[in-house]
Amino acid sequence: MIDVVGTLRRGWQQLIAHIDFPLFCITLAIMAIGLATVHSATFDGNQRVLSQAGNMGVAMIIMWFVSRLPPQKLMSFAIPLYVLGLVLLVAVFLFGIKINGARRWLSLGFTRIQPSEIMKIAMPLMLAWYFQKYEATLRFKHYVVAALLLIVPFALIAKQPDLGTALLVGAAGFYVIFFAGLPWKIIIGMIVVGASAAPFIWGMLHDYQQKRILTLIDPTTDPLGSGYHIIQATIAIGSGGAIGKGYLNGTQTHLEFIPEKHTDFIFAVFSEEWGLMGNLVLLFLYTMLIGRGLMIASAAPTLFSRLLAGAITLGFFTYAFINMGMVSGILPVVGVPLPFMSYGGTALVTLFLGIGMLMSIHTHRMLVKK
Amino acid sequence: MGDFHNPEADLDRFRFRSGFAAIAVLLAFSLLLGRFVWLQVIQHDFYQTRAEDNRIALIPIVPNRGVITDRNGTVLARNYSAFTLEITPSRVPDLEVAIDELAAIIDIQPKDRKRFKRLMDEAKNFESIPIRTRLTDAEVAKFAAQRYRFPGIEVKARLFRQYPLGTVASHAIGYIGRITDRDLKWIEEAEQQAMFKGTDHIGKTGLEQHYEFELHGQTGYEEVEIDAGGHALRSLKRIPPVSGNNLALTLDAKLQEITEQAFGDRKGSLVAIEPSTGGILALVSNPTYDPNLFVDGITPDNWKELNEHPSKPMVNRAINGAYPPGSTFKPFMALAALEMGKRTPSQAISDPGFYNFGNHQFRDDKKGGHGIVDMYKSIVHSCDTYYYMLANDMGIDNIAKFMGQLGLGQRTGVDLGKDEYGESKGVLPSQEWKRQRFKKPEQQKWYAGETISIGIGQGYNAYTPIQLAQATATIANNGVMFRPHIVHHIIDTKTGQKRLIERQPIRDLNLRPENVEVIRRAMVGVNKEGTGARAFAGAPYEAAGKTGTAQVFSLKGAQYKEGGVKKELRDHALFIAFAPANNPKIALAVLVENGGFGAQSAAPIARMVIDYYLLGKLPAGAAPEDSAAVEEEVE
Repeated sequence: MIDVVGTLRRGWQQLIAHIDFPLFCITLAIMAIGLATVHSATFDGNQRVLSQAGNMGVAMIIMWFVSRLPPQKLMSFAIPLYVLGLVLLVAVFLFGIKINGARRWLSLGFTRIQPSEIMKIAMPLMLAWYFQKYEATLRFKHYVVAALLLIVPFALIAKQPDLGTALLVGAAGFYVIFFAGLPWKIIIGMIVVGASAAPFIWGMLHDYQQKRILTLIDPTTDPLGSGYHIIQATIAIGSGGAIGKGYLNGTQTHLEFIPEKHTDFIFAVFSEEWGLMGNLVLLFLYTMLIGRGLMIASAAPTLFSRLLAGAITLGFFTYAFINMGMVSGILPVVGVPLPFMSYGGTALVTLFLGIGMLMSIHTHRMLVKK
Repeated sequence: MGDFHNPEADLDRFRFRSGFAAIAVLLAFSLLLGRFVWLQVIQHDFYQTRAEDNRIALIPIVPNRGVITDRNGTVLARNYSAFTLEITPSRVPDLEVAIDELAAIIDIQPKDRKRFKRLMDEAKNFESIPIRTRLTDAEVAKFAAQRYRFPGIEVKARLFRQYPLGTVASHAIGYIGRITDRDLKWIEEAEQQAMFKGTDHIGKTGLEQHYEFELHGQTGYEEVEIDAGGHALRSLKRIPPVSGNNLALTLDAKLQEITEQAFGDRKGSLVAIEPSTGGILALVSNPTYDPNLFVDGITPDNWKELNEHPSKPMVNRAINGAYPPGSTFKPFMALAALEMGKRTPSQAISDPGFYNFGNHQFRDDKKGGHGIVDMYKSIVHSCDTYYYMLANDMGIDNIAKFMGQLGLGQRTGVDLGKDEYGESKGVLPSQEWKRQRFKKPEQQKWYAGETISIGIGQGYNAYTPIQLAQATATIANNGVMFRPHIVHHIIDTKTGQKRLIERQPIRDLNLRPENVEVIRRAMVGVNKEGTGARAFAGAPYEAAGKTGTAQVFSLKGAQYKEGGVKKELRDHALFIAFAPANNPKIALAVLVENGGFGAQSAAPIARMVIDYYLLGKLPAGAAPEDSAAVEEEVE
């Protein structure tokens, strides 16, 4: 007799073999909060909620596939993906489409793509591969090469200009170099040099970027212009108080005072309705996510997978920190979505590629040991 | 970075750094938490009040756009109020269904749906977007009765721009259209964002664009208390808008209309200027278009039709078409020769009908030549040989220097378009120009032979009709040059004050009066006994003029035969004139694309325009083509 139950069970186990449950549950929890908040932010009809749920489905299928690929396989993607990203970035630089003064997109005729998105994944992959390759013979010059691999795409993205994405890509690359053992002397040196170079960097920024930073220091100087976003978002958060105004009751949100409320500023919507209490829950979930990621990194058997896992994890942190920081008015507005919360398919796919890689690294470690 | 590799140490280091990162993450999140506590606990009352205050919304009130009138008070652009049916997409759950239901009670055409879709793609979600414009009273009533069925859809009274004369002067007036991203950038650069709150139209070309910030007016505000659902409860304070300033033009709408009629279906341009002020009396670019088409957002079909039509009606030929001046260049050359002492009026040449330079023969139009030719005759009969020699004697840089003074090959700064870059520069050839224009060293060199054909207005020479009109007006005005302008004065609606547009001369060429007199007499001679005589036969005033014919392509020595050449390849006809010759009230330049000879199709238009302007004589229709003039000119 055929053991139906047994077959089903084995099939199910096969299916979930490479899913890491702590990671999966944490992301599901954040996404559930995100969906509810998108519903509140868009309120009229459920078009966006449904479309976001669809995005999540697609992103999780991608995660499932990626988690099944052994890290060895991931490594083989490093160079092709990086080179592709770089070529596309150069193509954007030469003949990208300009929208609102920024040249970020490439037109493929039927659609347009934003190649900087590829770099968010390609950068840590490439650098982790590089350090793995020279693991045994690591010298100072390798850090220099790694820095170059980082700076070229970073500069191309910053030049578009897209400061938000450039920061994320730059951070992802830096984390790899940091975990690979960049000497503390150099890190401290960089901080000192960076601080003293700040005036020059200031001069290189675009007018609108300077304005954003200035209005951050004093948003009231331009209440109807670029300070508007910061002021309205801060009012939303502040008026939320300790326990919030209640779900679907945020006045700032529903009277249309918050701009881009279902995308970059979704945190303001959440915080207005759920207050400090909600923020604590959200911060706790992100902390858990990062903690689990660092655990996976520390348990990873090879240098490549350690570096990749560490960089991806700190990448999530960077997303979350920059977004919540800018919405609550302690960082300049740079257009970074809140991970797993903001509406938008592209960001979700990128994030779940990362989650899938973390799962792959974690669930394949036994096989390597054997 | 030791010389040997120790995996254990590496792993330890990694774990140490992970711990470090974890602490950094906790610190950063604590910072955020601190910020949240500050905002949500310590400052909570303050932000609570601010959020309450936010229930007062500022609703912009769009001002009336300024009116444009011609020199006699004829209205060229005005506003009228009409009802539109508008949808706020974010408040309508299913747009398709809502529009279908709406279509059952109000006529909604597929083109309305298309426009709505397009506008929605451009607009922000919370803006209301028109689905139908210009509702009839019956339609307004019908909708009002069923309003409750359509949340998020409402009837609004809006002002629409209207151009009562339709196609007349459309290139000068321009038109308005919906604000696009490009316009937004312009508004931002001019730091006028506040002024455009609530405004959705902006000047796109011509005067409408050049004087946008005058015409727009100051946006007013209404402070309205709104409830939690965002509905207006009551008005707290109202700061009324200030209407835009009105423009009174130097343009004469009737003259403009007559000139456009004179062109008939011929392509070309005419610019007529009052020499003593630089005020533009007529600025024609034919064919024209109807600016009213743009007011509600032009349909893609109309846009395609206008943009892709082979006669290019959207191009303002008067300021953007650069053409070789042909023989209309000769009076300027002659004046340059007199001023620079290269010729005296009586110095004569013997014209065999050609001029040899190196091993190339430059031919005159007239076989066998004009015989003995002095300066007067060179202009009256348009003798090429005289100017081949003169150009060679003067040299290219002397020519360029004088013509540059006359404003040729430079933007005039006419008040059309957003900035001066709406206007073409044309080409004033010189050695320097050629060095900058070409990349290869062998192309950068100026050859003496190239100077020869410059003398008769061919070669690299290319000027816009407005430049030719300005140069003609400058000679008519004895060398005192004005910037051509279309607006006479701006009427400030707030104070009622009139602001005159500057009419200080921009330059005095300090021409010697006797030299100008020589040119003036010769140009009068053109219309009495020369190439313009047929067109100006029986004129009760003295008009100075000069015909011109600009080659569109080279015939390579073949004899030019009128009927044998396709219409698009026929030469451009030109004519410059001013009248009355001794006290000029009007100076003009006419260009007829593929019009053949200047005397044939350009001069008759000039005659009609001057007849109307000086005598008030109304023409019967389009100016005739004078084919007899052809025979005379090629004789």
